[in-house]
Amino acid sequence: MTRTFTCIVCPNGCEITAEYDGARVGAITGATCPKGEDYVRQELTDPRRTIATSVPVDGGGLPLVSVRLNRPIPKKDIFRVMEAVNAVRLQAPVSIGQVVLADVCGLGADVIVTKNVPRA
Amino acid sequence: MNLEYHQAVIIGGGPAGLAAAIRLREKGVEDVVVLEREGQTGGILRQCIHDGFGLTRFGESLSGPEYAQRFVDEAQRLGIPCLTDTTVLRLDADRTVTASGPAGLRHIRGDAVLLTMGCRERTRGALAIPGSRPAGIWTAGVAQEYINLRNRMVGREVVILGSGDIGMIMARRLTLEGAHVKGVYEVQPYPSGLPRNIEQCLNDYSIPLHLSHTVTDIHGRARLEGVTISRVDERFRPIPGTEERVDCDTLILSVGLIPAGDIANGSGLAVDGRTRGAFVDEHYQTSIPGVFAAGNVLHVHDLVDFVSLEAEALADAAAEYLRNGALPPCPLAVRAGDNVGHVLPQHISGTRDFTLSLRVSRPLKKATLTVRQNGREVLRRVLAKALPAEMLQLSVKAERLDTSGDLEVSVS
Repeated sequence: MTRTFTCIVCPNGCEITAEYDGARVGAITGATCPKGEDYVRQELTDPRRTIATSVPVDGGGLPLVSVRLNRPIPKKDIFRVMEAVNAVRLQAPVSIGQVVLADVCGLGADVIVTKNVPRA
Repeated sequence: MNLEYHQAVIIGGGPAGLAAAIRLREKGVEDVVVLEREGQTGGILRQCIHDGFGLTRFGESLSGPEYAQRFVDEAQRLGIPCLTDTTVLRLDADRTVTASGPAGLRHIRGDAVLLTMGCRERTRGALAIPGSRPAGIWTAGVAQEYINLRNRMVGREVVILGSGDIGMIMARRLTLEGAHVKGVYEVQPYPSGLPRNIEQCLNDYSIPLHLSHTVTDIHGRARLEGVTISRVDERFRPIPGTEERVDCDTLILSVGLIPAGDIANGSGLAVDGRTRGAFVDEHYQTSIPGVFAAGNVLHVHDLVDFVSLEAEALADAAAEYLRNGALPPCPLAVRAGDNVGHVLPQHISGTRDFTLSLRVSRPLKKATLTVRQNGREVLRRVLAKALPAEMLQLSVKAERLDTSGDLEVSVS
């Protein structure tokens, strides 16, 4: 069976076609870089995404601070991770790179802060 | 009138303005000042919390706030004065900037003035959608500000009009926050955003994209209750009999961005009807000597990385201008030919290498981009695909150019 993907690794958005029999990935064509091939291989066997959201922060100049995952998690776990992140509330100051939730839901990715919010 | 002087006055402290300010300092221009309307620098990136920024400029995938912070930190390290809460009201042809800020009204003249104000969103008014005027209709960027900066949810049952990148990114964001995004409707027969956003923002969350459709009526009095969707023909006219009501409490508009150069309206600055930004030469100099423009105020970019890189190229030219008092004349015109929506710069010297930026006016597969001068091919590039959603950039070498004769850029 042949499947076609739009690569999301970079803005080029290559259209990549792959042979896949449900177990083994065959020929991959259309990728203009090796990352595209890796993406399709991953997408066929274990699709993963990073997500970005925000959490409330008390005592800062802003009501929210933005956060993201530092590596991708299985696509099917996105809403489970959102639930875990939604339970978090931070106290200012917070700064970029600070880990909010380590190994979130045991998936091997950390939730990190992406904005500096100093104490107001 | 109390007139202040600076070597370089930069209007707008977003990714373009900060990148230009930093590069000017690196080039030895000491007296640089940045004027910023908001309470802090960083621009719109503060609310763009998704990742994917910086792949070109930094070789890694950052969120918008992280990308902006790198420039904010560097500007701070260099001690570049950034006047925040300072709104520029007008620019005059003598390079005097009138600004209103905490210290009152200021008149600041720059040897060079850099326009880096970014762009703004097209609104419902620009589309002239009929119907009532209830609450619940937002541009994508305003909804993004409410959700990501102010912790205010905009609605629960959502329809998105327009397939611009911000609209698609908000489709995903709203879904993650528990809203139900019923669909994205695009009047064009092709998407206006990037393919990767269709994939990771719509397809990932099973949000349907309906091409050749638009909103033809709005229902509800106090709050939006629903919209009428119609299919359109090839000239974007709604087809009678195709109307369908979709119940929703929220309509998000992602229907285009416009360079926000309004402050220059009284200055006589020449504006290109295609980009709706200034006409510039290869040095990013506008029709007013010493006034430069780059980033989204010049032409709407697809990626912030290219905004920063363009602003840095501007700063290189502006530093040369400040050093020599002038830049080489640019008498040759660059014109958009077949299938080209717009092209930049609009004028070149013919004696120097330059960066050509353009967008195609319709999607093309296996296309050939050609630059011609005096009936001769200056450059030819084969493209696997060319989409209106993507800005194309290529460098043109001076050795390929004649010193007279206009250029035409076409894609077929």
